[in-house]
Amino acid sequence: MADEKIRIILAKLGLDGHDRGIKVVARILRDAGMEVIYLGLRQTAESIVAAAEEEDADAVGLSMHNAGHLTLAPAMVDALAAADLDLPVIVGGIVPDVDVEELEKAGVAAILGPGASAEEVVEAVRAAVDARSGSAA
Amino acid sequence: MSLRGLPASEVFERALDGERRALGRLLTWVERGGQEADEVTELAHPRSGRAHVVGITGAPGAGKSTLTGQLTRLLPALGVKPAVLAVDPSSPLTGGAILGDRIRMDDIAGEAAFIRSMATRGHSGGLALAVPGSVRVFDAAGYDPVIIETVGVGQVEVDVAGAADTTVVVVTPGWGDAVQANKAGLLEVADVFVVNKADRPGANDAKRDLELMLDLSHMTGQEDETGYRPPIIMASAIDGTGAPEVWDAIEAHRTHLEETGGLEARRAGRLRLEVENRLHQALAGRAAEALADEPGEKLLRQAGERTLSPAEAARRLARDILA
Repeated sequence: MADEKIRIILAKLGLDGHDRGIKVVARILRDAGMEVIYLGLRQTAESIVAAAEEEDADAVGLSMHNAGHLTLAPAMVDALAAADLDLPVIVGGIVPDVDVEELEKAGVAAILGPGASAEEVVEAVRAAVDARSGSAA
Repeated sequence: MSLRGLPASEVFERALDGERRALGRLLTWVERGGQEADEVTELAHPRSGRAHVVGITGAPGAGKSTLTGQLTRLLPALGVKPAVLAVDPSSPLTGGAILGDRIRMDDIAGEAAFIRSMATRGHSGGLALAVPGSVRVFDAAGYDPVIIETVGVGQVEVDVAGAADTTVVVVTPGWGDAVQANKAGLLEVADVFVVNKADRPGANDAKRDLELMLDLSHMTGQEDETGYRPPIIMASAIDGTGAPEVWDAIEAHRTHLEETGGLEARRAGRLRLEVENRLHQALAGRAAEALADEPGEKLLRQAGERTLSPAEAARRLARDILA
């Protein structure tokens, strides 16, 4: 009876204006039945933490196309942890293969490259959300 | 500190103490419905009734979110703590939604403002079912005003007028002519009009058409019996022009309602509507159960065999439900 839709925040951090991809992902997740809280461009880790609290979000999706992912994605994970928010961070965009392991080590739940299909995007979000709510329930 | 596993009463106390994530969680519960939602309502209702509820409505792209953002930027300086409930539509096909109001607000909204996005989840009329419950929680947590921003509406989605103390209708230049202005629906429920994007050509025409429409309301006796005439504010929300005047108009309407007893009447009507909706919901639930049970199926069969009319079948079921 309870209506438990996945609510996911989508945002781009810092100076990265390439927002075609994040708009496509927003639409993919919408069409998979999720509620996408779209923050768009020029966000900071702090602004995303504030929005995640107010929106009681289940996950944070970051779109990254400016080669800042090794700095900004771990900063996002840390900011959520510092605020004691147990939310998975999912990164999509241009991430070289050699960086994937480092991001995973930093606590990023999933990394989706340009070749990811709509199904893969949806599945990655669902799995990341399930893993969190399952582990800490 | 994580909220996991805490009882509703504890989360409620934390929300009253100003913990934002606690308030965020209460809103989630209210939205999901069920037992926790009922608990939150029980806790919040005795503490509510103070906040001025402002509805902001208008067509898609009229500038509702941007105007709302400008208001939340102004308000903390006036010593008030605003909350925003920003409603966007759910897809009728997949149930999903893109809640995109925050992008118009985040840069301008003051930090004191609490903004929550909400999808309609299948509810028509411009709002979500959980709006009254969410307003109550904001109210109990000390937020005042509570601003409800509707989905982009057309001509007839006027639910907001039943949910708000003051309804602001936002139009833009080129939205329609004098004939449009006199069609029934949305414009009839406005307490304050905003002509947004007033820097664009046609803004004065829009204002004139609205004035004319209000003049005709006077002529036909449809105007407010207290003589209140909705003001028309010219605004350009993108740079904040007109936002202070919009707030002044909202305050003036609130004062007017307080002085004329209209506020009490609106709130009484709102509570009645909520009880009525709950009653309908409860009865609809019982009706669905009754139809699924064996006696219900039997009546449906008889109706199908043409030995019983649909009306008589319904009467018999109603007797069973209400017995």
